[in-house]
Amino acid sequence: MFKRKQIRFDFWDFVTLFSLVFFGMFLVLPVGKMILYAFQGKGVEGFTLANFIKFFSRRYYVSALTNSIKVVLSATFLIILFGVPLAYITTTYKIKWKKFIDVLIIISMLSPPFIGAYSWILMLGRNGTITVFFKNVLGISLPDIYGFRGILLVFILKLFPYIYMYTKGALKKVDASLGEAAESLGYHGIKKILTVDLKLITPTILAGATVVFLRAFSDYGTPRLIGEGYITLPVIIYQEWVSETGSNAYFASSVAMIMMTVAAVVFLIQQQISNKKNYTMSSLNPPQPKQLHGVKNFFAHFFVYFIVFLATLPQIYIIAISFRNNNGMMWTEGYGFGNYQAVFQKATNSILNTFKFGIIAIFIVIIFGTLFAYLTVRRKNIFSKILDVFVMFPYVIPGTIFGLILLMTYNSGPIILSGTAAIIIIAYVIRRMAYTVRSSSAILRQINPNIEEASISLGYSQLPTFFNVTMPAMIPGIISGAILSWITIINELSSTLMLYTSKTATMSVAIFQEINRGGYGTAAALSTILTFTMVVSLLLFFRFTKSEEIDL
Amino acid sequence: MAVSIHIKNVMKKYDDNVVIPNLSLDIAKGELFTLLGPSGCGKTTLLRMIAGFNTIEKGTIAFDEKIINDIPVHQRNFGMVFQSYAIFPNMTVYGNIEYGLKNKHLSKEEIKKRVFEIMDTVQITPYKDRYPDKLSGGQQQRVALARAIAVRPQVLLMDEPLSNLDAKLRLEMRNVIRDIQKRVGITTVYVTHDQEEALAISDRIAIMNNGEIYQVEVPEKIYLRPYNTFVANFIGHSHCFQATVTESGEMTAIKFETGLTVNLKNVKPLTVGQVVLVYVRPEEFVLCDESQGMPGIIKSRQFLGKFINYFVDFGTKNLTEVSVNTNSANSLFSPGEKIWMRVDTERVNLFAKDSETTLLEGVQSNV
Repeated sequence: MFKRKQIRFDFWDFVTLFSLVFFGMFLVLPVGKMILYAFQGKGVEGFTLANFIKFFSRRYYVSALTNSIKVVLSATFLIILFGVPLAYITTTYKIKWKKFIDVLIIISMLSPPFIGAYSWILMLGRNGTITVFFKNVLGISLPDIYGFRGILLVFILKLFPYIYMYTKGALKKVDASLGEAAESLGYHGIKKILTVDLKLITPTILAGATVVFLRAFSDYGTPRLIGEGYITLPVIIYQEWVSETGSNAYFASSVAMIMMTVAAVVFLIQQQISNKKNYTMSSLNPPQPKQLHGVKNFFAHFFVYFIVFLATLPQIYIIAISFRNNNGMMWTEGYGFGNYQAVFQKATNSILNTFKFGIIAIFIVIIFGTLFAYLTVRRKNIFSKILDVFVMFPYVIPGTIFGLILLMTYNSGPIILSGTAAIIIIAYVIRRMAYTVRSSSAILRQINPNIEEASISLGYSQLPTFFNVTMPAMIPGIISGAILSWITIINELSSTLMLYTSKTATMSVAIFQEINRGGYGTAAALSTILTFTMVVSLLLFFRFTKSEEIDL
Repeated sequence: MAVSIHIKNVMKKYDDNVVIPNLSLDIAKGELFTLLGPSGCGKTTLLRMIAGFNTIEKGTIAFDEKIINDIPVHQRNFGMVFQSYAIFPNMTVYGNIEYGLKNKHLSKEEIKKRVFEIMDTVQITPYKDRYPDKLSGGQQQRVALARAIAVRPQVLLMDEPLSNLDAKLRLEMRNVIRDIQKRVGITTVYVTHDQEEALAISDRIAIMNNGEIYQVEVPEKIYLRPYNTFVANFIGHSHCFQATVTESGEMTAIKFETGLTVNLKNVKPLTVGQVVLVYVRPEEFVLCDESQGMPGIIKSRQFLGKFINYFVDFGTKNLTEVSVNTNSANSLFSPGEKIWMRVDTERVNLFAKDSETTLLEGVQSNV
């Protein structure tokens, strides 16, 4: 019996093997190549530390590292400061139009940060609407938006929803009787919040903060647009790779390695802390929001509405301005559909590409994400554990780096993929699979394995059982992961920017190019189309699943 | 249709942890056979070995003459009812029952006929279009049962099917199961840790502990004549007295540690002076007058309706539970009162002190 089992090579073994090969080719190999390259140089034999010495001996590079860390840490800290109270208020107290607010927060979270940066430039930049208004009408010159301040502003408003969503999720699991117990023991007000609620949700806040940190740390578009002289690491990597004086893959690799090391360290520290301080909570008695009165009620609403207003403002502004007439470079008087006509003349291809690549990628993500989830939950062995690490690993690889190393690996040698749609789709699949795998495996853990056994006992072998019984039961989890995968795929900028050619440009790339080129009108129109796609996807999701929110 | 099951010297281990060392068992055609034991005794493990969800490390399991060790699970032709019911959440009641039949190369009419037939049998036809989340626990249980027997399997396996139901439904459902099993005549292996359920439902019961079977018997014999002290302790409740043999031969006389001397029949040959264990159930005590019984002091009282249970100090290490029929004359005593009791010599059980197995003639373990 035992021997037979070893020889038997079933469907799941095949999936395991296939996925190990897939991740081996498109994750392990590129990362390996990056590490090798980091210790090599042009015309240098063998291994060398020259790249790292160069990096750490020039103020330009070192300041990019410190800039990155400074702005990202400040953003993370401020986001916790705003996001946690925001989540506390909306879960503990009754806030009017809360569902609508949650949807706005989700939308502002899922739209790409660089569009936010672009919008803030249009409002508060040198010739920004608000700046000009203040200068000409009120005679006040507003402080400069560019550099550290601008990046910080965009990061805070783009990324606070992560902390908000994580914290809200955790607060909902804190049993209301815990708070009542604390009160019966004489703790109330702030003291109760600090000793009970906050303590219990700290691991979750940390997890959210890590996501914020990694997202901000790896963002290329925002510092590139609004940073001006304030250079960060992703910008350096991109510059080194596409520099006009000849690209330096070796040096770019070593900068990438430094970035990934920082990301991995942050990630590991968070994992360590979470593992130590993980409370299992099951809320039999979920907290019920209370009605506030008078001044307190006013301030609670004001705080919530103000933050949400700021977060949505860039999006609204872009939509408004996309209808403003534009002669290519300059805004002109009046409103109309001119920008959209221009978009459909110039950039139809990029819109089509976004959908084409996105649909193919999400299809692959759903199929493999579901299968991988099954492997890691139901078929625990050394290989499925390795697979789990592979799936989650892209979390700590910034998109720019992932695009770079994928390109370095497949622009020469036996398999050449550079310039193809395939390489972009592969990048999407690997970068965005984690959402689907995670929520699929979460739901699978709640599905009793007995239903699979019941199906087998009724005469169906493993594979039909999976498709007849297991997968249908997993659908809610698959969908709620896939919606995140889908939206982040259609918004993807940083790795696409590395991998696209004129034929494979996507919407986000086209927006980015237009902004750089000064085609603000078309950029706004494209951004609006992207936002519209996203909102429609979300609405379909809410409609279809009858849920009211998204689980991160 | 129905088959007999033959389990021969099977062994089960997880890594190096042997759960079932060496177990043999024969289950007759068409009987409802129960594996009963405390949690962790290996009963579910054994059931899942028959199903094929657990591997068999040594030994064989056969349906009739056919060894099934190497037959893949989905070809074994058994039905299973799970503790969690395991109703497919994505299918209606009808869909759940139809599911197994769709795999059997039957005509559409035949499938439909059989589904309706079985839905009638378990009385769930009105709910046929409902999804499981709109069914009560009892209804889900009926669907699970219907789904398992719809395919007309050779064997029906039931893993604690009633333990998720409330007390009242449990009684109702065990009658349903018993009834349907007899009507369909299918060989059934039933796992439970609930002794009352096992006694009520089974044709025969195997008492398991630590991966071993201690006794296989019909319910009444399991209760009345346990083979060893484990079975006596597990089924019902007994007080254990130490006693010394004072006379052996035609009639055996033993003297309790409390001073009571009784004569017993049907006892294996013993030596005078040998120490034995006497197991007395609460209802096997009889109130009597001073001359016949042993004295005890009432310590506390529990009124249970039909019976009154007293905790009595007979001078032994632990208090003894004594059950008195509420309707019998003179049944009410207060704590502190002194009473005299003897035991029903026809019904008490006698065990050897060393091997802890029965000393009564004719009581078999059948293992």
